[in-house]
Amino acid sequence: MSDDLRSAVAAGVLGAETNYRELLQSIVEVARAIFRAKASSIFLLDEESDELVFEAVAGEGSESLVGRRFPSSTGIAGFVLVSRQPLVIEDVLEDPRFSRETAESTGFVPKGLMAVPLLHEELALGVLEVLDRPSDARFTLEEMDLLGLFAGQAAIALDLLQRARRAQATLDDSGELAVLARVAQKLEQRRDEGGAALALLSALERVLE
Amino acid sequence: MTEEPLPAWSLSAGGVERIALPEAWPGEVTREWAWGGATGAGVRVCILDSGVETNHPLVGEVQQSVAISIEGDEVGVEEHDTAGDLCGHGTACAGIVRALAPESELASVRVLGAGFTGSGQVLLEGLRWAVEQGYDVINMSLSTTKQKFASLLHQLADSAYFRRTMLVASAHNMPVESYPWRFSSVISVGSHDQPDPFAYFYNPTPPVEFFARGVDVEVAWTGGGRLVCTGNSFATPHIAGIAALMLSKHRELTPFQLKSLLYLTASNVGGGA
Repeated sequence: MSDDLRSAVAAGVLGAETNYRELLQSIVEVARAIFRAKASSIFLLDEESDELVFEAVAGEGSESLVGRRFPSSTGIAGFVLVSRQPLVIEDVLEDPRFSRETAESTGFVPKGLMAVPLLHEELALGVLEVLDRPSDARFTLEEMDLLGLFAGQAAIALDLLQRARRAQATLDDSGELAVLARVAQKLEQRRDEGGAALALLSALERVLE
Repeated sequence: MTEEPLPAWSLSAGGVERIALPEAWPGEVTREWAWGGATGAGVRVCILDSGVETNHPLVGEVQQSVAISIEGDEVGVEEHDTAGDLCGHGTACAGIVRALAPESELASVRVLGAGFTGSGQVLLEGLRWAVEQGYDVINMSLSTTKQKFASLLHQLADSAYFRRTMLVASAHNMPVESYPWRFSSVISVGSHDQPDPFAYFYNPTPPVEFFARGVDVEVAWTGGGRLVCTGNSFATPHIAGIAALMLSKHRELTPFQLKSLLYLTASNVGGGA
């Protein structure tokens, strides 16, 4: 808990979740553009409920998907998560692992996809998928490496997002610390004129010692 | 092989005769010598994965189907698993082994399919069970990143190695530590993009030791289907299948010798000729 508190205050955690979500969104947008794909998504594993949650979506179906959940053993994303192995499938409609029902409920049924686990330190945090690359382009191992690089970036962003959420939850449970965090955030926002406020806080700290 | 095991720590008087190898290797080891005319007959290959669909046209008969589960602290072993393949991945791996070593015996040990929670533990227990059965080859197209399982997996991998079970494991193409492919007592496999199923390359800069076919591979899938897939998952059973061929022709090979034979016959060593 103390680590979470420290990081909460230090990072000025209020508002951090929004920033990390923007980072995730940026990653799927770039992945979609680089692979010239129709869509790209990042799923987060919610370990408590054993579910995968759409955290960021670019392209087809992006409007309504963020926040939707499905069981962690569902579909290709679920399989990639458990096996820790990236996978590329050229014709997903032939693949029984691909949960057509889930895909149709999202309003977009892809033909081919690439899926890679998001691994951070020893944890599998989620899955990155890239859907429907151009059908005339043969998949290459260079693209697999590129996918791995995106996965590394996305895993770091997911980790930051989860830390921010835990820190936020800790603050929500602790009134006084929430005040401190808000002060830290305001100082961060007004960095130019923060000198005087910091001096005041330092003086206060000395008085309390 | 000797009738009585020699002490592991020394070679006493007269010991040299007792460790005489049953078969001399030729001066130049060729693929013809390594597996020419072999079918995989008599070799038991275990697919540690999501299950295998029996009687799939590309897989044929599966001699044994087992499922591993964890309930609380209890490990469950269902020795007559009828669930088949819960996602297709194991069937794909089995089909590749069957294509290369058509008369090998296939066994399925299912460790996937029950959701994410506890998957590392199930993997570990599945491997433990498989090593105890003394299979000749275990194909593991999956891994765990959980550090707490690393040392136990390492012990299991070494124990397999000393019991003449060759563990063939998929490497990761991401900069993350995962197991058991990183251990030197297993054969680790990554992908190359050539279409020849018998093209494989030794990597002089490990930890990945061999590259086998892993791009655009047509594989067996559930429901009697086929798919075109890419990934190290599909490169691994190519090496497992070739290992089964070698073992069916040279039953006495230890994992060390098997690895050496794979090296000597690799496409970038002596096998390209």
